[in-house]
Amino acid sequence: MAVFESDPVLSESDPVLKVVDLAKDYPITRGILFRKQIGTVSAVDGISFELPRAQTLAIVGESGCGKSTVGRLLVGLERPTRGSVFVDGVDLATLSPKALLAKRRDIQIVLQDPYTSLDPRSTVRKIIGEPFDIHPSALPKGKTKKAMVGELMDRVGLNPEFANRYPHQFSGGQRQRIGIARALALRPKIIIADEPVSALDVSIQAQVMNLLMDLRDDFGLSYVFVSHDLSVVRQIADRVLVMYLGRLAEIGSEPQIFEHSTHPYTQALLSAVPVPDPQHQRERESITLGGDLPSPAAPPSACRFHTRCWKAQEICSIETPLPRQLLGEGHLVACHFAEERSMIGTAAGGGDQAQRREP
Amino acid sequence: MSRAVRKTAGAEGWTGPLLSVEDLNVQFKTRDGLVRAVNGVSFELNAGETIAILGESGSGKSVTAQAVMGILDMPPASIPKGSIRLKGRELVGLSEKDYREIRGTQIAMIFQDALSSLNPVISVGEQIAEMYRLHDGLSRSDAKTAAIDVMQRVRIPAAAQRFGDYPHQFSGGMRQRIMIAMMISQRPQLLIADEPTTALDVTVQAQVMELLAELQRDSDMGLILITHDLGVVADVAQRITVMYAGRTMEQGTVDEIYDQPANPYTIGLLESIPKLAETVERLPAIRGLPPNLLQVPPGCPFHPRCPLAQDVCRRDPRPPLETVSEGHVSSCWFAKEVHARGGLRV
Amino acid sequence: MSEFFSGRRETEALTDGEPVTDQLLDQVGEDAERDSQALADQVRRQEAEAAASEQLPVSGARPRSLLGDAWYELRHRPIFWVSSVVIVAVLAIAIFPNAFADVDETSSLTGGCNFDNYLQPPSSQFWFGTDQLGCDVYSLTIFGARPSLAVGLIASLLTVALGSAIGVIAGFYGGWIDAVLSRIVDIFFGLPLLLGGIVVLTAISFPSIWGVVFVLVVLGWVSAARLVRSTTIEAKGQDYVMAARALGASNSRIMWRHVLPNAIGPSIVVAVIGLGVYIGAEATFSYLGLGLQDPDFSWGTMISSAQEVFFQAPWTLLFPAGFLTLTILAFILMGDAVSEALDPKRQK
Repeated sequence: MAVFESDPVLSESDPVLKVVDLAKDYPITRGILFRKQIGTVSAVDGISFELPRAQTLAIVGESGCGKSTVGRLLVGLERPTRGSVFVDGVDLATLSPKALLAKRRDIQIVLQDPYTSLDPRSTVRKIIGEPFDIHPSALPKGKTKKAMVGELMDRVGLNPEFANRYPHQFSGGQRQRIGIARALALRPKIIIADEPVSALDVSIQAQVMNLLMDLRDDFGLSYVFVSHDLSVVRQIADRVLVMYLGRLAEIGSEPQIFEHSTHPYTQALLSAVPVPDPQHQRERESITLGGDLPSPAAPPSACRFHTRCWKAQEICSIETPLPRQLLGEGHLVACHFAEERSMIGTAAGGGDQAQRREP
Repeated sequence: MSRAVRKTAGAEGWTGPLLSVEDLNVQFKTRDGLVRAVNGVSFELNAGETIAILGESGSGKSVTAQAVMGILDMPPASIPKGSIRLKGRELVGLSEKDYREIRGTQIAMIFQDALSSLNPVISVGEQIAEMYRLHDGLSRSDAKTAAIDVMQRVRIPAAAQRFGDYPHQFSGGMRQRIMIAMMISQRPQLLIADEPTTALDVTVQAQVMELLAELQRDSDMGLILITHDLGVVADVAQRITVMYAGRTMEQGTVDEIYDQPANPYTIGLLESIPKLAETVERLPAIRGLPPNLLQVPPGCPFHPRCPLAQDVCRRDPRPPLETVSEGHVSSCWFAKEVHARGGLRV
Repeated sequence: MSEFFSGRRETEALTDGEPVTDQLLDQVGEDAERDSQALADQVRRQEAEAAASEQLPVSGARPRSLLGDAWYELRHRPIFWVSSVVIVAVLAIAIFPNAFADVDETSSLTGGCNFDNYLQPPSSQFWFGTDQLGCDVYSLTIFGARPSLAVGLIASLLTVALGSAIGVIAGFYGGWIDAVLSRIVDIFFGLPLLLGGIVVLTAISFPSIWGVVFVLVVLGWVSAARLVRSTTIEAKGQDYVMAARALGASNSRIMWRHVLPNAIGPSIVVAVIGLGVYIGAEATFSYLGLGLQDPDFSWGTMISSAQEVFFQAPWTLLFPAGFLTLTILAFILMGDAVSEALDPKRQK
């Protein structure tokens, strides 16, 4: 791809994105003309991570855990209550509005729902070309917007002849490709992918996943991949961050999380993933968590997971467990009783020799 | 628990299958022509058994369920051919009045989106109690007792206190439980669950599936699971029908389908899902898109996407369902060869 | 992994990259007329999808520009065509009255009216009869169309422009701006159109049709504002707005490019229905003697003066009233058709 010669920065070993103690509170307000704050929802509370160049960090968790909010904070859709975001070592909070707008070009987002994330009254050409309207300087010299849109469409596997069509003339998978082309237009270093394949049919999901992985390899992109689907995450992620009710539960490399998980919540999540293999499914260890996710407006005290955790002791509701290293380098877990446990069989056919059920 | 005596509409002492669907065809009349949403689908379900109908969007799986439930809008929908028999009683062509008696009391259905299936302005307790008042003729207070009882059965914590709460005050998983409570309140013989856990988080998904399986074991009811999720099916269903473009592609026991699939579409589906237990360089995706139901390709509907497609696949007639082993059929000209390869895990 | 479906990058991208229509068309082999045919095909397919409750992979190929969208839907509605015929005819009369009648016959000043012809019933000479001044009712009706329509058109255009602007600002910015604007809307909403109009028109005098237009706009913008505010809030919350924001789009860009085109639909309906309503309102004010003043006249003033002689000469009332009713009806039916055409529920 002639258009996208990657920036010559790949030799740097510094992380392309660094997040320190990120937090977001939403006020709960009452009243129309005179707003009165009556409480806060702590959607994200003290999340820190580093994203190395050309790698993928996945943020996983259930609905309401704050994973999408992290994505939105990173692209500037929301303003963090606390914490810093460093892109290429530059703290975004220190930038002037103009410099910030320019820096934001480096972080783009792909949204979950391919049906609602494209303006129904814009043609594909307008949608993919919009980044260049907003950032005219992003258009390479000597290229027209039209030509760029064509090249982008071609790159994501869409026929450029269809640039004049409207989003509803495309299928879900094709629309998601349009969304990816739009995010690619500004040649970002980082793409936040917020559940990019969750709304797609199984057979299309794999196509889009493959596209995302190709683009990462070709352009040296780094992804923050927000997802609830652990099977998908396993395929694409280099590092995995597990969130529960706004807080970090566990973070580690893909093998660390999937094969050596230590947090009870991670283990429960892994065990709950339905596996398309009846024999394995019957034999494998299963942990069924009791109860529902508590409301983020009134989170449980100390360790927020203690209300659903089978390991919980008194200390869990009194003292907040801080992330600590238990096993390998870069593998942090926030649990008083963290303990390694293999939750998935090594091979699809092997089954699992672990005990059948949690007492 | 007080409970009125129920009149049984099915034949007494029926020994055949609980539900038998034979050569079911459903079509929709549109300005554009006929959409053949379901084309010759057949399956049987015994009491206490769970079967799954598996397919992607547009496969006709939900339309099949709606046909059994008798909730298709006719017109534009019609059933030009086929039969649906519940304990031997033919349901196709039944009057709306007769069907209404069967629905709720003998066949019940739960949907993906519990929030929109519940009335937002009536408390959930009232909505469940109404089922008892309507169908069993219970008094207001008896109905309330019965409703709290069934809410406890689906494990809604503090059921009595939550009787007066409204649907929006419950989480997604709890709402699905409430739907299930409403549906099992009449002790149906057949429960159809259309993507019951798709909208739920994985940890809650497991709870709801477990609940369904347990209720089914206790009551000997037949369960039809409509889903796109091969993972959910693996655990609970005994037999699976794989649908594509309104046709049955493959049918067999869970173990047969997963271990030794005999249809390239099934194989493609199984391979294209990311696996939790292993990582791959590239996901083996099925190329192309599912067909538009108005212009389903001639011959085998899957041929434009199939890596095995030969000339014979591209022309009519479409491949018949071929038996590859006991109770395992596949609609593919090469079913036996595909089956003999031993499927995925070799 | 078996040899099935091993990663094949090129093929899958290419196949998935073509919209389904074209794959299908290629199969059918209708390369000629491809574009128009594709459009027609897709369009019809849309209904099929709605019917088959499982979603098909690709939805219809209707244009999605605002007008293209509406036009497609409208073409298929008989009501649209019936009301269009009436509206086009009335517009033609309003724009070129001279083509239909002679100006002199409407004016007593130029001698067109003749007291000798006092209250003549309809005849071959006076198709609609004559009024108490001996003027030709047919000519008056023809020449009365322009002021009636002008009031309706101008008032509904201004109403929607003002209402939409305020609605979009309130909905888009929210917060205290919305709170203040919404209270203002509430206040105006409380004012009854007729009573408010009578008060204003009695107190202040305006030239020609402008008094009526002023009243209608001042008292009528609120419904458009309310509507556009709510559609704006809805559009603002859509993912594609978030996507634009994530790209760094400014507020004004988001408002003009993404929110307004998606929020304006319903207010067009209000405008079309408003046309009919305002023509009626002008007639009402004129009937009460508060609308147009001599020497201007409209269907409303004609009805007003006809009341004195209605029992002797019903034609003086029936013809202008008939034209008025037909015109209002046409606009309201048109509004219905447009509203259905723009119904978001049909645009899945």
